Amino acid sequence: MVAVAPLPDAGDCRDCAGNLERRVWALLDELPDPEIPVISLTDLGVIRHVRTMPQGVQIGVTPTYTGCPATAMIRSSVIDTLQAAGIAPVQVVDVLEPAWSTDWITERGATALRRFGIAPPRRRSAPILPPACPQCQSTSTEQVSEFGSTPCKSLYRCCECLEPFEHFKCI
Amino acid sequence: MPVGAMRAAVPKATHAEYVLRLADTSLILAQRLGEWVGHAPALEEDLGLGNLALDMLGQARLLLTHAGQLDGTGRSEDELAFFRDGPQFRNFTLVEQPNGDFAHSLVRQYFIDAWQVPMFQALSGSVDEDLAAIAAKSLREAKYHLRFSSGWLVRLGDGTHESHARTQAAADSLIRFTREMFEPDAVDQACLDGGIGADLREVQAAWLADARRVFAEATLRLPEAPRGAPVGKQGAHSEYLGYVLTGMQFMQRSYPGAEW
Repeated sequence: MVAVAPLPDAGDCRDCAGNLERRVWALLDELPDPEIPVISLTDLGVIRHVRTMPQGVQIGVTPTYTGCPATAMIRSSVIDTLQAAGIAPVQVVDVLEPAWSTDWITERGATALRRFGIAPPRRRSAPILPPACPQCQSTSTEQVSEFGSTPCKSLYRCCECLEPFEHFKCI
Repeated sequence: MPVGAMRAAVPKATHAEYVLRLADTSLILAQRLGEWVGHAPALEEDLGLGNLALDMLGQARLLLTHAGQLDGTGRSEDELAFFRDGPQFRNFTLVEQPNGDFAHSLVRQYFIDAWQVPMFQALSGSVDEDLAAIAAKSLREAKYHLRFSSGWLVRLGDGTHESHARTQAAADSLIRFTREMFEPDAVDQACLDGGIGADLREVQAAWLADARRVFAEATLRLPEAPRGAPVGKQGAHSEYLGYVLTGMQFMQRSYPGAEW
C-alpha cells in the first residue's frame, strides 16, 4: 500500500445522488488495486456503479482481464472496506457489458502508473508507438516480452537509459 | 438473417451444450498451457504461456458459470470443471493433445487463436446477451494471443532448418484435429438458426485466410485436414483427456469441497 490517490473534491460526484453514494465512492477511491497498489480501483475503471439499496449498497465491478486473479481480491477488499466503515450489507455484482478496456483508466491513474515506473497504456484510438520510458521519457524503447508479471503488463527496455520497465498492455 | 425474421427456438439443453463446448475448450487448453510453467525455453515465453493459460481459464470460468445456469441444473463452474468425467467434456480434441515440443504447442495455440478471433467476433452479436458480453470481453484477449502465436509461427517456420522441420511436423500432425472446429453438427446448426451461435463457414473462411497468410510468411505448408479424427465436441475424445482430468480433478475428487 503505497501512495493513496487524493480524495475527489466535493464536486466530483459521478452519477451519485445521496450522501451514502458519495461516501462509498470516496472510500473506493482510496482502495488500491491488489496487484498494482499505486492505482486505486476507481482510477483503474473497474467500479461500474454504486447503488443504494433498501438495505446496504450494491457495487458493480468489472474484471480487467478475464483470468486476472486479482478479481476475487478486489471483490473481498470492497466488501471488507465498506463494512469496516459501517456500510452493510454490501453486495458485489459482476458487470461484463461494456467490456473493460484500458481506456477506462483515468488520467490520474495513468499518471500514478508512470510515476511508479509502469508505462501506462496508450489510448486505443491513438497511433501505435513504442511506450515512452517512465524513467527518462525517451521514446526509443523496445519490447522484450509481450507478457509480464501480471496479465495486464508486457516487458520493455529503454534503449536510451537502458532501464527495463513494464508497460500496461493496451487492450 | 433479416431483421425481424422469426428465429427458431433453441432448446435449453442445446443452448447449454453450445456454451459448454466453448467453456471446455478454453478450460482444457488452460490446463495444458499450465504444464509449460517452469519449462518453457526462455523466461519470456514461460510468462507468455502462463498468461495465455490464465486468460483461457478466465474465459472458461465465465462460460462454465453461464452453461451451469442455462442447463437448469444450477451447477457451479467448479462442479462442472471437477465433477464431470471424460465423455461429458465437450472440448475440441485438439486442445487435449499433449504439449509436445515448443513448436507443437505453438502450432496448437495458433490453430485455436485463429479460430477464437472470428468466433468471438461473431458471438459478440449473439442474441444470448451473456454470451455476447463474454465473447466481446474475450475477443480483446484472443487478438493479443493471435499476435503472439502467429509471431512465433513465423519465427519458428522461417528460422533454422531444425525449427522449420519441427514446426512443419507439428502442423502436419495437428491439422486433422481442426476439422471439427468448422464442421457444423446439429447443435451448431440449431444455435446458428436461433441467433445464438456463429456461422462456422464464415469462421472457417476467416481462419483459412489468416492461416494461409501466416503459413506463407513462415515458409510453411498449410496441410489439408483429413477426415477421421475424434469429435471431442460430441464427447468422443482421444486417450489424452483422461490424463488431463486426472491432474486437474485430483484435489476436488480426493477432498471434495476443499477451498483455498
